[in-house]
Amino acid sequence: MKRYQQMFARLAEEKRGAFVPFVTVGDPDPELSFEIIKTLIDGGADALELGIPFSDPIADGPTIQNANIRALAAGVTPAISFEIIRKIRHYNADIPIGLLVYSNIVMARGLESFYSKAAAAGIDSVLIADVPLHESKMFREVAMAHDIAPIYIVPPNVDDDDLRAIASYGRGYTYLLSRAGVTGAETKAAMPTAELISRIRAYNPAPPLLGFGISTPAQVADAIASGAAGAICGSAIVKILESNLQQPATLLTELKTFIGQMKAAS
Amino acid sequence: MSELKLNPYFGQYGGMFVPQLLVPALKQLEQAFVDALQDPAFDAEFQHLLTEYAGRPTPLTLCRNLSPNPLVKIYMKREDLLHGGAHKTNQVLGQALLTKRMGKKEVIAETGAGQHGVATALACALLGLKCRIYMGAKDIERQQPNVFRMKLMGATVIPVTAGSGTLKDAVNEAMRDWSGSYDTSHYMLGTAAGPHPFPTIVREFQKMIGEESKQQILKAEGKLPDAIIACVGGGSNAIGIFADFIKEEGVRLIGVEPGGKGITTHQHGAALSTGSYGILHGAYTAIMQTSDGQIEESYSVSAGLDYPAVGPQHTHLQQIGRAEYVAINDDEALAAFQHLAMAEGIIPALESSHALAHALKMAAAATEPMVLLVNLSGRGDKDLSHVHSILEQQAAATSANNTPNGAH
Repeated sequence: MKRYQQMFARLAEEKRGAFVPFVTVGDPDPELSFEIIKTLIDGGADALELGIPFSDPIADGPTIQNANIRALAAGVTPAISFEIIRKIRHYNADIPIGLLVYSNIVMARGLESFYSKAAAAGIDSVLIADVPLHESKMFREVAMAHDIAPIYIVPPNVDDDDLRAIASYGRGYTYLLSRAGVTGAETKAAMPTAELISRIRAYNPAPPLLGFGISTPAQVADAIASGAAGAICGSAIVKILESNLQQPATLLTELKTFIGQMKAAS
Repeated sequence: MSELKLNPYFGQYGGMFVPQLLVPALKQLEQAFVDALQDPAFDAEFQHLLTEYAGRPTPLTLCRNLSPNPLVKIYMKREDLLHGGAHKTNQVLGQALLTKRMGKKEVIAETGAGQHGVATALACALLGLKCRIYMGAKDIERQQPNVFRMKLMGATVIPVTAGSGTLKDAVNEAMRDWSGSYDTSHYMLGTAAGPHPFPTIVREFQKMIGEESKQQILKAEGKLPDAIIACVGGGSNAIGIFADFIKEEGVRLIGVEPGGKGITTHQHGAALSTGSYGILHGAYTAIMQTSDGQIEESYSVSAGLDYPAVGPQHTHLQQIGRAEYVAINDDEALAAFQHLAMAEGIIPALESSHALAHALKMAAAATEPMVLLVNLSGRGDKDLSHVHSILEQQAAATSANNTPNGAH
């Protein structure tokens, strides 16, 4: 968890926000996925958000659904995902690594097993897309016991009671949803007003990163100007993968350029 | 954190495992449901629609010729005679009234066999709601008449090609839609599964099946039945007929899951028979999954039972030993489908044929007098062309096998 604190402290000194890219681990296959994640780091990512492939990702739009399908078709399991992440941690000791998963993957072999493997792989946080505040207690307790930050989502329709609880239970960062719906660049982020972010900040939660529908450097700059501590970008990155599956060298070059542009806007 | 009004769990099963974004929509629905139950005007309107529009109460029919054993009487609760052709119409009318109560004008639904889609379409046509229905591409192919019915009643049918193209994938798409449209749309989930409060709402809006059956069988027999048998996909018709009998401990409650090509083959939809638990579509319940937690694709000859999970209350009833769950395979269901048509002049839905097949097994094995109550949850019109082509293929295979080598 301390890697997030260190990152936010460094960014505060630099007077900049965080840029956090998302990809599905193992997409399109384990070897290329490792190169892709290294490129995210080399391109300037401040932290990583990584998905473990799941058969039924109900919070994801078509782009990330297809990433899940490709990774599953390549035989990527949670064990292989942890192995790739362990290599990434070996490549970079300092970057915060967050997991974005679905509850059934966490439950399958028991929470203790999942979180201890995550901790051993060098993971700093876990966000479970289909576990809301009401159901989060057992996950949060095991996460904390393994020094893994439980990440909470603050949707635009959050009420004050839930906001208070999220601020007190969340660690690492707070995932601020830019809009309703599922992940995807098809529906653009609706920039929350500075008022909404300051209302959220009044409860003093872990620093809020804005996600969903962020696909351009201008959106990253806007998110930070409105008071977010940074921005998360997934589908726009996965689209670069999707369009270059047959040409890995081009894929990695384009990806590095895009990450550089997004980071520059932070 | 703001509290829920009702318990989202049945024992350890159930819950509300959805993205945080959907929690306010589920809480709004729960509140509307709790308020409606305390409002006599809501009940009056619901009852009015059930009797004057849908045709309740449905009859209880004592089979004249079906039972293979003179010791055994088989009664059927005739949900096949309900408007729309299946029990699905009951709860859809209730949820449509809740939709209006919440001031929403649009409805999203998923459908497998198309029965819930048809029910949703008719309720929306009646009550002036706009509806869009997600249906697996494979199901659209095997349930054409129902697709046409939905369209005739003004529904938009959206094919889902992701995954196996069946009910599970249609639910995924409906939930994705709802997460962007909850302000204006109600998600009219079609079975007693999914996140809280759906399993409770659907049970409450289906429990008249059991309440009526109880009165009818007491009148006919002067006592309660020995066993109640119902098919289980998500489990709405089963929980509907079980609910009022759960407290009657002398009555065996038997749920029949789709055994497909056999529960040892992976080609089935019998989640409760696998003894594996996890989270799918918002509930912790019995599901079909790999050891890594990936959801497996189910299979059944009957589209309405082709679902790799089951409503959480059934998992609880199994766990506490109050209900038993068995599996009936495709061939047994197809035989029961034909048997009921021949014996009683009633063509059952392939879903309900699973329950009938198990009742026939129990009857054949009985050595003492027994009264069985089967929920005939739907009629088989929608299955005619599907069954017709299966029987033709079987006939062709049989005649090919009977043809001596070289002779034509």
